[in-house]
Amino acid sequence: MSLVPKFESVSVGDELAPLTMTVDRARLVRYAGASSDFNRIHWSESTAAAVGLPGILAHGMLTMALAGRVVTNWVGDPGAVLEFGTRFTRPVFVPDDAEGATIDFTAAVRALDADARTAQVDITAKYNGQTVLGRARATVALS
Amino acid sequence: MPVDPSFIGKPFPYPMSYIVGVEKIRDFASAIGDDNPLYHDRDAARQAGHADLVAPPTFGVAIITRAQDEVLFNPALGLDYSRVVHGDQRFVFQRPVVAGDELFCTFFVDSSRMVQGNEFLGLRTEVADPAGEPVLTVYGTLVVRGPDA
Repeated sequence: MSLVPKFESVSVGDELAPLTMTVDRARLVRYAGASSDFNRIHWSESTAAAVGLPGILAHGMLTMALAGRVVTNWVGDPGAVLEFGTRFTRPVFVPDDAEGATIDFTAAVRALDADARTAQVDITAKYNGQTVLGRARATVALS
Repeated sequence: MPVDPSFIGKPFPYPMSYIVGVEKIRDFASAIGDDNPLYHDRDAARQAGHADLVAPPTFGVAIITRAQDEVLFNPALGLDYSRVVHGDQRFVFQRPVVAGDELFCTFFVDSSRMVQGNEFLGLRTEVADPAGEPVLTVYGTLVVRGPDA
C-alpha cells in the first residue's frame, strides 16, 4: 500500500502542513556528526570571529534538511522525492541559549505534471521574519 | 585567486565506496528531529516497498563528503576554504537511496566563473551503484569571496 497521495487528490495551490523548528547549539552538534560536516564555523566561536562572522551560524544543509521535512511529511514516503534544491540566501545565527533560532517552514504545490504524475512544491523558510532559502523546490512522484 | 583551471571538468572518481548504514540513517533523521517510520522502522520501510530504511533527501551530503573533500582540500586546487560560502545545493534522484546500498562517487568541478570579484564554483558528484547504474546526482555551488568582499 502506498503512503503517497494520489495524483488526482492534489491541486496547484494546495498548502502543505507547515513546520516550525528550533535550532539550538545541541542540534548543530548532532547534525555535524550525522552529516559528517565538521566545518568549525558551525561550532567554534573563535573560528567564526576569525573569518568575520558575528556568531555561530547553522549549516545551510541543516536548514535545507528541515525544509525537506515539510515535503516528506506530506508524501509520507521520502523515496518519492525525485529532486530537491535550494539557494542559501541568508544565514541563520544560533545563539548559545535554550531558545536557539526558530525557523518557520511553509510550502505549496506550484505545478503538476499529469503525464509524469509528479508535483512540484515550493518551500519558504523564514527566520526573524526574513526568508533564508531561495527557490527551495522539490519534485515528488505521486501515486 | 581563482582555482587551478586544470581541475575544471575532470572526473575525480573516489576509490572507496560509501555503504549506507541503518544507524547512520537513524542518526541523520534524529538530528533533524524527524520520526518518519521509513527512517527508523525497517519493517515499515519494507512494507512501503523498500529493501531497507530510506535515506532522507539531503543525506546525499554525507555520501559525497569524502569524495568532494579529497579534491576541495587538495592544496593544488588553490581553494581558500575560509572564504567559502555555500551558494546552492540540489539533489536529483534516479532511485531512492536505502540502507545497505554500496555507492561510488565521481566528483567534478564543472565550472568556475568570476562575478564581481567572487568566484562561483559549480560542483557535481555522480553517485552510482557497483554495477555503474546511476543512483543520484548532487549539485552544489560554492562562492569564494574575493579579497574585497
